[in-house]
Order: sequence, then C-alpha cells, then structure tokens
Amino acid sequence: MSLELKDLGITDGTDMILEGITYTFEPGRVYVLMGRTSSGKTSLMRTIAGLLDFTEGDMYFNGEDFDVLPTWKRSTSMVYQQFINYPNRTVLGNVLFPLLRSGLSKEEAKSKALEMIDKVGLSNFVDRKPGQLSGGQQQRVAIARALIRNADILLLDEPLMNLDYKLREQLREDFRDLFTASKNSVTIYATTEPAEALLIGDELLVMHEGRVIQSGVPAEVFENPNSVAVAQIVNEPPMSVLTAEISNGTFSIGHRMKSQVPVHLVGVPDGEYQAGFRASELTIGSEGDMTEEGEVDVAEVAGSETLVYLNTPTGYTIVQEKGIHQYISGDKVGITIPPERAFLFDLSGNLVVAPGN
Amino acid sequence: MSRIFKYAFIIFWTLFVLAPLSWALVTSFKTPAAVNQGATFIPWVQFDPTLDGWQDILGISGYANLIPNMINSMIITFFASLISVTLGGLAAYGLSRFRYGWKYYGNSDIIFFFIAQRILPPVVLAIPFFLLLKNLQLLDTHLGLILVLTSGLMPIVVWLMVDFFNQIPREIDEMAMLEGCNPFQAFRKAILPLSKPGIAISAIFAVIFGWNDLFFALVLTFTKVKTLPAAVVALNGTVTPFWTLAASAIFSILPLLGFVFVVERYLAKGGFSGAVR
Repeated sequence: MSLELKDLGITDGTDMILEGITYTFEPGRVYVLMGRTSSGKTSLMRTIAGLLDFTEGDMYFNGEDFDVLPTWKRSTSMVYQQFINYPNRTVLGNVLFPLLRSGLSKEEAKSKALEMIDKVGLSNFVDRKPGQLSGGQQQRVAIARALIRNADILLLDEPLMNLDYKLREQLREDFRDLFTASKNSVTIYATTEPAEALLIGDELLVMHEGRVIQSGVPAEVFENPNSVAVAQIVNEPPMSVLTAEISNGTFSIGHRMKSQVPVHLVGVPDGEYQAGFRASELTIGSEGDMTEEGEVDVAEVAGSETLVYLNTPTGYTIVQEKGIHQYISGDKVGITIPPERAFLFDLSGNLVVAPGN
Repeated sequence: MSRIFKYAFIIFWTLFVLAPLSWALVTSFKTPAAVNQGATFIPWVQFDPTLDGWQDILGISGYANLIPNMINSMIITFFASLISVTLGGLAAYGLSRFRYGWKYYGNSDIIFFFIAQRILPPVVLAIPFFLLLKNLQLLDTHLGLILVLTSGLMPIVVWLMVDFFNQIPREIDEMAMLEGCNPFQAFRKAILPLSKPGIAISAIFAVIFGWNDLFFALVLTFTKVKTLPAAVVALNGTVTPFWTLAASAIFSILPLLGFVFVVERYLAKGGFSGAVR
C-alpha cells in the first residue's frame, strides 16, 4: 500500500509550485517534510489529498493511478495547522462524523469514537463544542478525527505550529504513541522545526522552492546536509556560512582567520569554499586559532540559551550561548570559530566534507 | 453623559418606529366617529373600542373578507421564498467555492449580474412578464406570480449568501470531503448547518419583499389569486375607511411578525465561531 510519486510537478503558468518530486512512501513509517514557509510542503500534501491538481508527473497508490480518484474516494486523512473542527458539533460529534459513512452501526461507531477520544486525553470533554476548548484540545480533536478512520494516508500539516512552546513539546511526545497505531498507514508530517523532525520522523524529506533537495534518515541528513540550503533548513538557528579557503595546508575563513587544515579537511584540494558552522559550536570569546571581533546586531533569550546575532568582517554570524546573557546592540564581542567543526561546501553550495560526530 | 444621550436616542427612535404601528392598531379598534374626533390613543378613556373594523375585513360584516387574500399571499410568498432561498443558496455556494467565467467575466461579474436584476425598475418588467405569463397561461395563477417573484427574490438571496459562505473557512469543505463526502454532501452536512444565520437573514428578506409585493400582484393577478396588498388597496373607495384600513394593515403584518419571531433566534448565533483558530 505504498504511495509513489513520479516526477510530480505543479505549475501555475509562470512559477513551479512543485517540481520533479519522485519518492515512494511506505506504510508504517513516519515521513517528515521539512522546509521553510512556501517551500511546497502544504502544496505537496494537498496534492496527495486530491485538493490540488498536479500538472506534471504521476501519482500511484498501491500500484494504481491515484489521480483518477476524487478526494472523497481516497482513503486520506488530514490535520491542518489551524485547528479545523466542525464548530456546531461536540467533541463526540466531531469524532463520529468520519465514521458515519463507514457502514458501522451507531453503537459501534460511538464506542470507537469514545475509545479514540480517550486515547487523545479528552474523555472529560465529549459534550463540549470546539469553541469551548483550548487550542491544544481542539488540535487533539482534529487528530482524533484524522486517526479514527484508519486511513491509508495520514497527512499532518504543521499541526503544532499554532500552539505555545510548552504544549508543542508535550504533544510531540504524545504523537509517537498515537502513530504507532497507524502501522498500515503512510504518515506524512510537515514541519519547519528540526527538533520535531528528529524526534518524530523515520525518514526526512527536505524541501526547498518546490523540490525535494535531500532525503534520508533524519540524523543522517542532519549530520551530512548535502548543500548549504539543506544545512540552513535543518539547523535552528541556521548555520553561519562564511567564505573559506584551503591553500598550502592552511585553512582560512574570510581571508582573515587562519589555522592548520583540520583533520577532516585533509585531502580536500586547495581552493575557495564556503564553511558552515552551527550556532551551538561557535563561542563568544577569543580563545583558539580562529577568533575575530564582531558587533552585536540582536541578542535574544530562547529558553535557557541566548542567541547572539553578530556582524563580523567575515559575514553575518549566529552564536548560541548557554545561559542567559545580556547584550546590547552595538556591543563588541570576540567570536571563536572551531575549524574542526566546519562543514565545507563548494562555491555552488554542494557539500564537500562534513565534520562528522 | 454620553450614555444618557445614547439611551435617549434609542428611546426616541423606538417611539418613532413604533408610533405609526401603535396608531394603526388603536385606529383599528375605533368607530368612524372616533376616528374623526382626532388623535386619541387610550381606549376606554379617550374613546370606546369596537371590533367593527376587524369585522369588516374578516367577512363578518359583509364589507370585505381578506382571509382568502391572506391565504394567497402566504402560498405565493412561501413558495417564492422557498425556491429563492433553495436555488439562491445553492448558486451562492457555487459562486463562493468554485471559479466560473470566461476570460474577463468571472464570479464577481456573475454576482453583479444577479444584483443588477434588482436595479431594474419593476415597471420596465411589467409588460414582458405580462406577455410571458399570458403566453404560458399563467396569468392570475399562483404559479405565475411565484415564478415572477422568485426572479426578483433570488438575486437578494444570492447576494446575501455569497458573502456569508465566503466567511466559512474552505477548510471545512475540504475536511468533509477528506472524510468521504462528495461536494454536495459536504455542503449539506458540513456547510449548511453552519449557514443557519445566513439562511435566516435571506429568508427574512425574501419573505418581507415577497409579502409586500404590490406592483406585480396588481399587474399579473386579477380575481382568483388576489394577494393581500392588492386587496387592501381595493378597500379604498370614495370614502377612505381609516378604521378598516388600519385593521387591514395590522392584519397584513401579523404573519410577518410571527415568521420573524420564529426565525430571529437563528440570527443571534455566530454559526461558525470556533471552526478555525
């Protein structure tokens, strides 16, 4: 019961909304679509659901042409990022609705619905309407409604996006438990957050400008992004990408900071490159071979860490510092760059070498 | 201070609106002599109330009997409104959810075409409709007037309902389709229950406009299917019987008041609050 996309594309006449997507989704696995806003995640999901027509390529489900089936004949469920529920129906009524057309008796359907409502933790709210629930509860209703049909394809379009941080963390943990019941379903989950992808996904598809630019096991993609674009997408905050050069055994950043060529870059031909550094691996301070002074642009506290955005002579850099630190815009601070943690990309943005674990 | 002004204005406007109705109600219980006495409003104090005016219009005194005319109006208004709201609602849903048109003529132009029907003065349509119904042998029939009124009421329904459907998130339609409903079933099971306020408003407008139609009733009906407004106009003779006319005016609006009273509860509810957060 696999879902196969062959060179799938959508054009609106001038722009490619989706382009050249070829992939096979197998049941029993959670596929995460990751990308920035407008990268094509929602368009791809809506195309799979039959809510959007594709203009190029083919789509097959279980070996048969999926395109001939209208939306209501596809066994597909979808959870939107906005909390979409039937406002005039209670929680029980909402979860019952998908079952009403399945041929089950009323008693059987009600029993199944109550079981699912209990699974998502809303047993005490069965008679409430969506307008009387919190955002997290409304999204649980939407998830219950999506899961109750045991559809062949389950699509979740950034379902946690409109929830607060704490609730997102809590529901992420719950999701894996909920989806183990979907062993026969193809589950596709869209997100912009690397943490969700790593936690939830069995497979990760990175999308950019309507194309899938890398796919694989999340940890593998995270450790070996095949391009600058992928590296920027799968890291939060984004990687700092600086000009680099290897010449005569010397590794330099921005033609200013120099060090010996680190071990993982030995053997890379001399030339101009781009070096990417994760924010968590840069440090504020001036210890080490590669240091320079930068000017604080913005500093924001994120949980128990501080993100410092800096203008440096070599480029715009982001440092993720442990703890809460006070910086004022315009402060001069030193930055230390660890050459042994450099992701090396060629000038076209393709990965040359990753630093590994 | 501004609160005092607000309440003062509300009281003033209420009195301004209710005054003609109250005056008509009071007049309907007066004798001709009491009417000619001048502006008196308190029964048993300023005048002795009587049922003469009501007996005149209910066929008791033999002067007139408006009950068959009321029945005609109810039949015609009911079916014209029902057809208008049904067909108009479906048209509005289509215009809200799907893209029609050819080249530069699209949905908004189609909607304007509907509204444009109401811009035409009825007198322009009198002769065409007369000839049409004559050829179809539908003059002085319920069906003839129902069809003509529907053509005028449907545009109002479309205009009101398109805006209403546009406010209902499309994701609800999509959700219903994902859960196995074809587009018509999605409309019936998911959207229609949320549209009660819009349907109520459209129904109220359709009923009021249909009930109050005088022009087409005068032109297209004669004796068999005379509606209430046309019959009331015919009450006016050499002497204007104010007491009888007042009774007929109150008699005319009673069904409307009952209808609005029943439908009004659907207006208060925001049908789709809580659909999308």
